[in-house]
Formats: sequence, C-alpha cells, structure tokens
Amino acid sequence: MSVGLLSAVIFLPLLGAVVLGFIPRRATRGIWAGGLAVALATLVLSLPLYFGFDGDQADYQFVEEARWMPALGIGYHLGIDGISVLLVLLTTFLTPIALASARHTIEDRVKEFVMTMLVLETGMLGVFVSLDVFLFYVFWEAMLVPMYLIIGVWGGSSRVYAAIKFVLYTLVGSLLMLVAILALYFQHGSATGVYTFDLPLLVRWVTPAGLGQNLMFLAFALAFAIKVPLFPFHTWLPDAHVEAPTPGSVILAGVLLKMGTYGFLRFCLPLFPDASLSFGPIVFTLAVIGIIYGACVCTVQPDLKKLVAYSSVSHLGFVMLGIFTLTPQGLVGGVIQMVNHGLSTGALFLMVGMIYERRHTRLIADFGGLWQVMPAFSALFLVVSLSSLGLPGLNGFVGEFLILLGAFQVNRPVAVLATTGIILAAVYTLWMYQRVILGEITHEENRRLPDLTPREWAVLVPVLLFIVWIGVYPVAFTGKTEASVQALIAEVESKASVSRAASPARLASEPPPLAPVTP
Amino acid sequence: MDVIAAPPLALGVLAPVLVIVVAGLLALALDLLPPRTSKEHVGSVALAGVVAALLVSVLRWGTEERGFSGMLVLDNYALFFNVVICYAAALVLLLSLDYLRRTGAESGEYYGLVLFSTSGMMLLAAANDLIVVFLAIELMSLSLYVMAGIFKTRLASSEASMKYFLLGAFASSFLLYGIALIYGATGSTNFERIAAALAGRPHSSMFLAGVGLLLVGFGFKISAVPFHMWAPDVYEGAPTSVSALIATGSKAAAFAALIRLLGGPLRVAQPDVTAVLWVLAAVTMTVGNVVAVAQSNLKRMLAYSSVAHAGYMLVGLVAGGAVGAGAVLFYLLAYVFTTAGAFGAILLCERGRAEAVDVGDYAGLARRHPLLAAALTLFLLSLIGIPPLSGFFAKFYVFGSAVRAGYLWLAVIAVLNSAVAAYYYLRVIVYMYMREADGEGAVYAPSFAGGLALVIAAVGIVLLGVMPAPFVDLAQAAVSPLFR
Repeated sequence: MSVGLLSAVIFLPLLGAVVLGFIPRRATRGIWAGGLAVALATLVLSLPLYFGFDGDQADYQFVEEARWMPALGIGYHLGIDGISVLLVLLTTFLTPIALASARHTIEDRVKEFVMTMLVLETGMLGVFVSLDVFLFYVFWEAMLVPMYLIIGVWGGSSRVYAAIKFVLYTLVGSLLMLVAILALYFQHGSATGVYTFDLPLLVRWVTPAGLGQNLMFLAFALAFAIKVPLFPFHTWLPDAHVEAPTPGSVILAGVLLKMGTYGFLRFCLPLFPDASLSFGPIVFTLAVIGIIYGACVCTVQPDLKKLVAYSSVSHLGFVMLGIFTLTPQGLVGGVIQMVNHGLSTGALFLMVGMIYERRHTRLIADFGGLWQVMPAFSALFLVVSLSSLGLPGLNGFVGEFLILLGAFQVNRPVAVLATTGIILAAVYTLWMYQRVILGEITHEENRRLPDLTPREWAVLVPVLLFIVWIGVYPVAFTGKTEASVQALIAEVESKASVSRAASPARLASEPPPLAPVTP
Repeated sequence: MDVIAAPPLALGVLAPVLVIVVAGLLALALDLLPPRTSKEHVGSVALAGVVAALLVSVLRWGTEERGFSGMLVLDNYALFFNVVICYAAALVLLLSLDYLRRTGAESGEYYGLVLFSTSGMMLLAAANDLIVVFLAIELMSLSLYVMAGIFKTRLASSEASMKYFLLGAFASSFLLYGIALIYGATGSTNFERIAAALAGRPHSSMFLAGVGLLLVGFGFKISAVPFHMWAPDVYEGAPTSVSALIATGSKAAAFAALIRLLGGPLRVAQPDVTAVLWVLAAVTMTVGNVVAVAQSNLKRMLAYSSVAHAGYMLVGLVAGGAVGAGAVLFYLLAYVFTTAGAFGAILLCERGRAEAVDVGDYAGLARRHPLLAAALTLFLLSLIGIPPLSGFFAKFYVFGSAVRAGYLWLAVIAVLNSAVAAYYYLRVIVYMYMREADGEGAVYAPSFAGGLALVIAAVGIVLLGVMPAPFVDLAQAAVSPLFR
C-alpha cells in the first residue's frame, strides 16, 4: 500500500513523537533538535500541498480513500480544498515556530512536551484534511488530550482549572455534535439507502429543512461555536490562553480556534444550508457582540496576555461574520482572516512570552519605555500590533476589508457596527503599545532588559515575512481559496432553494380545500 | 413407577466450562501439596486453565450445540461471552499473582475460587433455562462472596464480603421469586417454551410481575441504580483483583443472561421492559456519574464509574434488537479490557506497604513512574471515551444504536453524562501529571505478571479502538441468531 502525501504529512509528527520516545530523558538538546527537525520535515513535506494545489479547481485534491469499516460506511477519506490547504500550511508553519520558541520557556519534562506537541500537530492536521465525518470526529476529540496536557502540565499557576475548563467546555459541545452526526447518518441512510459517514456523499444529499435540520445545525454549531469561540461561549478562552505556556497559546490561538470556524465552513454550511440561512442573523448578532465586547474588554485589560486573548474573541467574530455573509468576498475574507489571525496573534503571544521571560510579569503597568532598551523588539512588536489592528499593507487589513465588504452587501447595520470593532482595535492596540513600549522607563528593572536573541529573531522573522507578504500580495493565498469558496456558496444556495422549493411544492400538490374548481 | 429418564450426557456443550472446573479442582488439589510457602504454581495452573478454555471457545466458534434437554446452549453468543469472561479472568489472575503475595493473602483456594466463579459466569452465558440462570448466578456469586473476604485480617474486606453476601442473597431471592412467577404464568422455565407459551396471548400480570422481579435481580448483578448500593462498599473493601473481577466478569455474565432473556422469553413484554430499561438506563448513568465526581477513593470512584457504564450498556438494550445487543457485546469486550486495566494499574501501586487508593497518593506519579502513569491515563481516557481508544468506539456504537432506534433523548442524556464523567477521570490525570507529591506518594510495586496484564489490556484497548470492525462483526454474528 502506498502512503499518500496527506497521510504522510499528518502522521509524520506522530511517528516522530514515537521515535522521540526512545531518546533518553536527559538528552534534552537532542530532544529539542529532534522535535524541531520533525516539525520542519513536516513543513517541508507539506509544501507540495501548497504548490501542487490547483486554485482553479473547487474539488478536493490530493484525495486518499481507503476502506476502514465498510460495514458501517466509515472510510479513511482525506483531501484538501482551497479552504483547508491554507489551514494545513498554517499548522505545519506554526508548529515548528512554537517548538522553537519553547526552548527556554519549557524546562521541565521536555521530552513529554515535545512529544505532546507533535501528537497535537497530527490531531490538528487530521481535523483539517478528514473528509469522513467519523474520522474528523476522531481527530477532533483526540486532539483535546494533548492540548489538555500542554495547558495542565506546563501552564501557569491556575493551570489545572483552565485545562479542565477547556476540556469540559469542548467536550460538551462535541459530544452533542456526535449525536447529531449519528442522527445525520441514519437520516441520510434511511432516505437514500446508503449508510455512510463520507462527507462528499452526505453533502450531495439535500437535508430536509425543518426541525431536524435545525437541531442538527445547532448541535454542530454549538461544538464549533465553543471552539471559535463565539460570544457567549468564549469564557474558557481567557483562562486557557493565560494559563497555557507560550507555545501552547500560539498553537491554541493560531490553529485550534480555526478548527471551529473551519467546522462551520466544512460542515454547517453545506450540510445544513437552510438552518445556516435562518440562523444567520443570530450568528451575525453574536459575532458583532463578540467583536465589540472583545474589543471593549481589551481596552480595560491590565494583563497583556489576557488582552491578546480577548482580542482573539474580537477577531474571530470577524471571521464568523465573513462566513455567514455567504458572499464570495466575505468567505474569502473569513478564510484569509483565519490565517491572518493565526499569524498576528501567534506572533503577539510569542512576543508577550518573550518579555514575560525577561520580567516574569505580564501586567502592562509593569512596562513602559521598552523602546529605549529593546529597539528591535519594539520595532517588530509595532509591525505585529499594526497587523493585528488592520493597517493597510499588512495582512489584517486584507481579511477585515473583504469581510466588511461582504457584510456590507448583506446587512449594512451589522457592517457598520462591526467597523467600530476595527476602530476599537486601533484604540486598544495602540494604547497598549504606547504604555508598554513608548515613553520613559518607569520601572528600574526594565532598564537592563536584553534585546532580541538570535533565536527570537529566527522565530519571529518568518511570521513577519508572511504578515507583510499577505498584506502586499494577498492573491497568492486568496487565489487558492476562491474557487472552493464560490463552489461552497453555490452549493448552499442551490440546496437551500431546492429544499425551499420542495416545501411549497408539497403544499401546492394538495389543492386548497376551498378553492373553486375553475378550468 | 415412572422412571425419570436421565438426559443424555452432552459434554461437548460443557467443554469450556469443564476445562475451567477441572483446572479449578486441580488448583485445590495442588494447594494441599508442597511447597506450602509459594502458591505461584497454583496460579499458573489456573491461568493455564483459563487460556485453555479461551482456546476451546475460540476453536468452537461457528458451531451450535444444545444439551441437557435444552437447558444449555453453546452457540456463538455463549462463545463470545466465554472469550470476554476468559479475558477478564486471565487479566485478573495475572494481576493477582504478585498482588496476593504482596498483601500476604496468597492462598491456593483463591485461584480455585476465581476459576469456579468463572465457570459460573460461562454457564450463565450459555444458560437457556431460568433454573440454570439461577444456579449459574449462585455459583458465580458464592465464589465472589468468599473472594471478597479473602483478606481475613482486614475489617473492610470482611465487611465487603458480608455486605456483598447479604445483598446478593437478597437479590437472588428476588430473582428466584421472579422465576417462580414466570413458571407459574407459563408452565416452563425453558426459554423457548416460555416464549412459545406466551406467543399470541396477552401476557398476564403474573408474568409481568415475574419479569419485574427478574429485572430487579439482574439490576443487582449489573449494579444498576437503584440496586447499586453494594457496589462502592464491596469494590472498596474487597481485594482490588477481586473488585476487578466483579466489575468485569460478573457484570459481563449478568448482561449475557439478560440479553438472552430479552431476545427470547421477554420479547413479548418488550414495550414494558423497554420503558423500564429506559428509566433504569437514564437514572443509572446519571447517578453513577454524579456520585463518582465526589469520590476521592479510586476504588469507589471506579465502582461508581462501573455503575455509570452499566447505564451506558442499558442504553444499548433500550435500543434493542440485534444492533443494540451487538453494541452492548462490543461495549462489554471493550469495557473488560479498560476496567481490568484501570483496576490493574491501581493494584500495582502501593504507598508505604499499603494499597494506594486515595487520589492524593497518585500526585506526581508521572514523574516517578512515567510508563505506569501513561498506562493508567490510557485506561482512563478510554473510560471517558476519547478516540481512537476502544471506549470511544464502544460508546459511539451503543449511542448510535439508540439514535437509530429513535431514542434521541436517551442518547443526549448519555453524551451529557459522558461529559460529567470526563471530569472525575481527568482529575486522576491531573493528580498524576499536574500535581507534585507532598511527601511519600504511591510507588510501583514491581510485578512482571501485573505489567504483562497491563500491556495486554492496553494493546486490546488500542486495537479495539483503531480496528473495531472485525470485532463488531463478531459481536453482530453472535447476537443475530437470538433476535431473529
């Protein structure tokens, strides 16, 4: 049996973790090097996925199909389209960066840490490439365990609370999704005679509109909304982010949150088009509340890491907004914004981690005037902050602009309200920057902080490269996505109109009882 | 004078049970011979007997044989359970070898008792007559009562034995009363003849009363709420290896008889039985999980967790039919490996010469014994139902059968319960990985056999989780003749 490229990419980190298991615990240098090598090899291996991906095609590419449990309609079905290809690349890109950044953050149980990170990478990649709902669910749940350990073992002071909260929140949502998956499976099976968990086959079927579809949508949406996190399901996020070690936060913000938005795109929209349309206004409302609420909390947040965490709530609100506009601009913007958020927020967490390592505090009030002692850090931090607040020319602007463009076509009040989120983002980001970096040094301890080390440069420069690249030339990325997004919108609209046409047709087939029979 | 014709002796139908019983008698005899100091050879003989019975059961797969006037049936269904029970017994024996020596309770009759209760379990799976059901349950339970008290000098052990005996005897009398009423209503104790006598007739209230009492008796044996009161005290007081056997083998055997009853004589009363089982399932899961949250003694926690798992299995019985029953069979297979593994990992830990049963003892275990902690984590994750471990697929299959049969809300209750359960299982992982030991914590009590048992259980969990399809097929093949 030949191993396909996608399988190789997903399972290489797992294999690496197993091999690392045999390295003696004491050889920490070797373990770091080995882990980084595996993550970099995965990145290199995943590059052909990007370069070989045909952006004009909406179909799944690099498809692999193998029998797993044929009697139950469960298959090993992998493939990527224009939406997942970027997320796969984001994952393989951020994992080595997170690992490289961890060298001085993680000093305890290094071997377990590196192994856990690699297992986590396998889980995340599996989520993005699975085209079988059962397989997707396996990766989706399995990935909880390594993240739980990363927060709980290597996190801050109230790490256990944060870790358990993270798992329980996610578990409640995803277990209800499991019931919905089963309901969909049996409904599809009894309607078509084909019992399958295969996503393309399920999508081909038009789920009948009505209560059943709405309930299934809600169960899926709950699981994804918790992950995103959409207001009001976001309360696990500040705890998890603040307690997680820097590399954990990078992965959590960079990749894990995207699994929620990705789930909406991959499952909720095509499988439950009517429900997606009818619940659209509610999602809009929650997204806008999230955007403004997250931004408002950021403004008054004294803790740097918490500020970045809450800014995620705000940014992910934009992504949700874009997705549910169901316009090409909104969706492409949403996908790009997922990547952007992964890069900018990942970089912000990295940089907050760097000053935390130097000062062991994250309070904004403990800093000030850092530009005098850390000029390089201050410069890079400025670029990342500006990217996060959406300055034109950097990546954040591209996504937010497209999303608002889409939202404006669909719902003007929502677009106007969401725009205030960008203004607020400028307020809290710049104010934070001002208090941390600019001005005079207010604390004597800060006078002798060293500037960026070569390792830190190496970690940050690749991220900054992409921040600029996406900002200047977004077509390199949007070009991969557009065809898939167009196909998805066409799919949703045709299915929604089919099932909408079907319900009046049923009514029409029965003659109205009191209508006069006239030729 | 009528001569009572003795039924022809059909030894084939008894073959696996006979292997076990012979090994048990051999163990008793060997116990009397020297050397008197070590009883390891007795344990090895017992283990060999269980493995032999396992092989006999596997080799007979696909055949069906009836014997003793149809009182016993050795079909695929019974053979499937024989395999499950033999695995449970083998794991328990492996775990017992060093454990008994360590705790000073090593005795030859222990191994004999394990085998006798195993033979009772296997008979229960093959029983096709209410009288045999009763006899098999008694054979199984009486041995377990004695084993629960095998720590003769420990008060908790004696208390567990006494409690188990009294409540068990109480349950048995319910069962017997139910059998009597069913006999009164139908004129037979044979499963097929009961079904035939009821066919086409509205069932009498006497029959329903009998069924109700029967369910009470089984409720005790599978520790369904509200008949679960004995479980935590017995699991806590009994030697850990015995708790493992009670939690796995005896539960599996009780389910075996219950499912055969549901597929046969109780099928006429299915709507009523299903309604009762629905409530039992919901209450059992919820009470088991909610109370387990409050436990800090791991054996008690696992006791309540086993109550909760009985609830999940009842969900499969509510779903009914061959699919639901097949799901329960697979669940039991997965559950035996997982639970035996979890008890095994706890059994291999000691703190200051005593058993380490408090969750606090496990603080920092991952630092002291990373492999043991990893194994226990694996078992706990499988109990939560995290993919790709066997516990996940078992739950998936059981809940799927419930959704398929239209019991959507029961499935929702079940998954919400799984989320509650995650909390208390994760707490153990929290202690092992995220807390540091204050003072002396639990340490690994080296045991080759015990380690082997954990490895077998871990491999089984991963295998059943990643490649469940062949085992699901076996489970379905085993139950489908019952539900034709």
